[in-house]
Amino acid sequence: MNIYVLMKRTFDTEEKITISGGKINEDGAEFIINPYDEYAIEEAIQVRDANGGEVTVLSVGTDEAEKQLRTALAMGADKAVLINIEEDVEGGDQFTTAKVISQYLKDKDVDLILAGNVAIDGGSGQVGPRVADALDIPYVTTITKLEINGSSVTVTRDVEGDSEVIETSLPLLVTAQQGLNEPRYPSLPGIMKAKKKPLDELELDDLDLEEDEVEAKTKTIEIYLPPKKEAGKVLEGELEAQVKELVSLLHSEAKVV
Amino acid sequence: MGRKVLVLGEIREGSLRNVSFEAVAAARTVAEGGEVVGVLIGDSVSALGQELISYGAERVIAVENEKLAQYTPDGYSQALMSVIKEEKPGGLIIGHTALGKDLSPKIASKLNSGLISDAVQVEEAGGNLVFTRPIYSGKAFEKKIVSEGIIFATIRPNNIASLEKDENRTGDVSTLSVDIKDLRTVIKEVVRKATEGVDLSEAKVVVSGGRGVRSEEGFEPLKELASVLGGAVGASRGACDADYCDYSLQIGQTGKVVTPDLYIACGISGAIQHLAGMSNSKVIVAINKDPEANIFKVADYGIVGDLFEVVPMLTEEFKKLKVHQ
Ligand SMILES: Cc1cc2nc3c(=O)[nH]c(=O)nc-3n(C[C@H](O)[C@H](O)[C@H](O)COP(=O)(O)OP(=O)(O)OC[C@H]3O[C@@H](n4cnc5c(N)ncnc54)[C@H](O)[C@@H]3O)c2cc1C
Ligand SMILES: Cc1cc2nc3c(=O)[nH]c(=O)nc-3n(C[C@H](O)[C@H](O)[C@H](O)COP(=O)(O)OP(=O)(O)OC[C@H]3O[C@@H](n4cnc5c(N)ncnc54)[C@H](O)[C@@H]3O)c2cc1C
Repeated sequence: MNIYVLMKRTFDTEEKITISGGKINEDGAEFIINPYDEYAIEEAIQVRDANGGEVTVLSVGTDEAEKQLRTALAMGADKAVLINIEEDVEGGDQFTTAKVISQYLKDKDVDLILAGNVAIDGGSGQVGPRVADALDIPYVTTITKLEINGSSVTVTRDVEGDSEVIETSLPLLVTAQQGLNEPRYPSLPGIMKAKKKPLDELELDDLDLEEDEVEAKTKTIEIYLPPKKEAGKVLEGELEAQVKELVSLLHSEAKVV
Repeated sequence: MGRKVLVLGEIREGSLRNVSFEAVAAARTVAEGGEVVGVLIGDSVSALGQELISYGAERVIAVENEKLAQYTPDGYSQALMSVIKEEKPGGLIIGHTALGKDLSPKIASKLNSGLISDAVQVEEAGGNLVFTRPIYSGKAFEKKIVSEGIIFATIRPNNIASLEKDENRTGDVSTLSVDIKDLRTVIKEVVRKATEGVDLSEAKVVVSGGRGVRSEEGFEPLKELASVLGGAVGASRGACDADYCDYSLQIGQTGKVVTPDLYIACGISGAIQHLAGMSNSKVIVAINKDPEANIFKVADYGIVGDLFEVVPMLTEEFKKLKVHQ
């Protein structure tokens, strides 16, 4: 089976976030594999181990994504591809990313593509379904279970807490939801092996894409932090008095009850 | 002037969801004086058209076909694309719900367009329609505009106020018949989880429990409090993983995103993935026995104490308040 995983390198949003020069400050920040993409990588490895084939992890980004790609290889992926957009485009959006990814994949003989259901930084959840549509293959989002039997596939997806069991077939794109699996940690031998696994680097030119074909359709005009909340009021005194005070504050000050 | 804007009305168990009325209001802003047209998709949905009109749509197009009885990306995208082909709108607004998240990127791909996802606000500013959306798990916000093509956005439930319902508004509800070709994904089974009572993502009050609730029975006092306040019960991942409640109650990045007027977090530590689902709530109350818990950083009001003592007392106090009202 020819399996691809779409992986985004993201800012670890558990970290403190600051803004400088109208942008999120990335200096010294921690970067990680988007957590939902870790589920996708893990699932890809399990599918390959059960069905044979090869897992290729694909990321669109800069040189810096090599680190996360190596981690994916150390987990057990076979190959990595970095589409390096550093020099080419400024201010891409989800249209851009999906265009680049689908251009790369369109002449590959894909059986299964796994992505995360959402990136914790950009947060749109667009890239997976956009890529599937561009490749004209079906997709199922926010999946918590994947069963493959020949070319037929049964998927369970999470729909606002309900679950749907869906039947479909390969080729297919799915996006991972938490609960799909427990991603493994890279083992030491895994890390050693990863150093020798292929990591290809491409540029837009190599994909026969002109800059204007990937130009963003939306534009960010401002990034800001939410107004600092005034320190909340932690009540004091006898518990019973606190409760009375709280109810009265919610009623007369906050006016929400 | 202005532009024509389509709004997809989302139907759940036979009724329109509130977010669809909010989408009509957002569409009015985006239309800048142009026409707002509701779109309903299903096997037999035209009866709901009037309600969209009473919330401010000028007219409604119902696309009916038995293959559209359940949502599938293939079915719904064919239906919506045929309306778009007929109507040639300049704008399209959909709720950022499970359905909206699944469908909208596919439509954007077919239109070769941009898509601004999960907007919490839309306004006209300096000659542009400016959308605000949370990024970095809700720790920051960005303002975005569409630079080319259709103005297409999904809106987060409970953030943009709907218009006052007015039954006197009138408009045409037409039906469009479409040919639905192959559906490549087929729903075999839907397992509905405990969603009795108020819809969590639309509730005005949410009482939420975390691992501090300690057991399934531990949720009882929270349910009582919620019912006194006419609200819904939610939970953290911690509580769901520990099997104290169903995953359908989970709030956060993986679960539901809620923006109630009042969010009461009981025995929840306040992990970033949880905050991503509730930090936009208007007023947040935290009840936690650990004064250092992160949840106090986002709370407007906090009580340091044992939830099993505090929550029943709160319920009693609110009952008294309701009697006086
Ligand atoms: C040429 C270019 C320039 C860009 N410039 C900017 C910029 O100036 N400012 C800015 O904020 N952003 C920039 N981006 C990033 C872009 O705006 C989005 O962040 C990106 O398209 C992903 O959107 P999202 O974060 O909403 O991801 P989502 O759609 O939420 O991601 C869902 C899933 O899609 C897959 N995916 C998403 N992104 C990638 C990726 N890059 N590679 C592989 N798989 C992926 C992952 O599986 C992920 O879990 C640029 C992107 C490109 C291609
Ligand atoms: C990819 C990913 C996605 C995730 N998505 C989500 C998500 O969508 N939603 C989510 O919630 N989490 C999510 N998580 C998990 C998240 O990181 C936390 O683990 C989780 O939110 C913790 O739940 P908790 O606050 O209930 O438990 P804990 O962190 O264990 O906190 C329990 C709290 O209860 C307090 N407490 C205990 N007893 C009492 C008492 N008697 N009275 C008062 N207070 C008491 C304690 O002081 C403590 O603060 C995600 C994690 C990952 C990695």
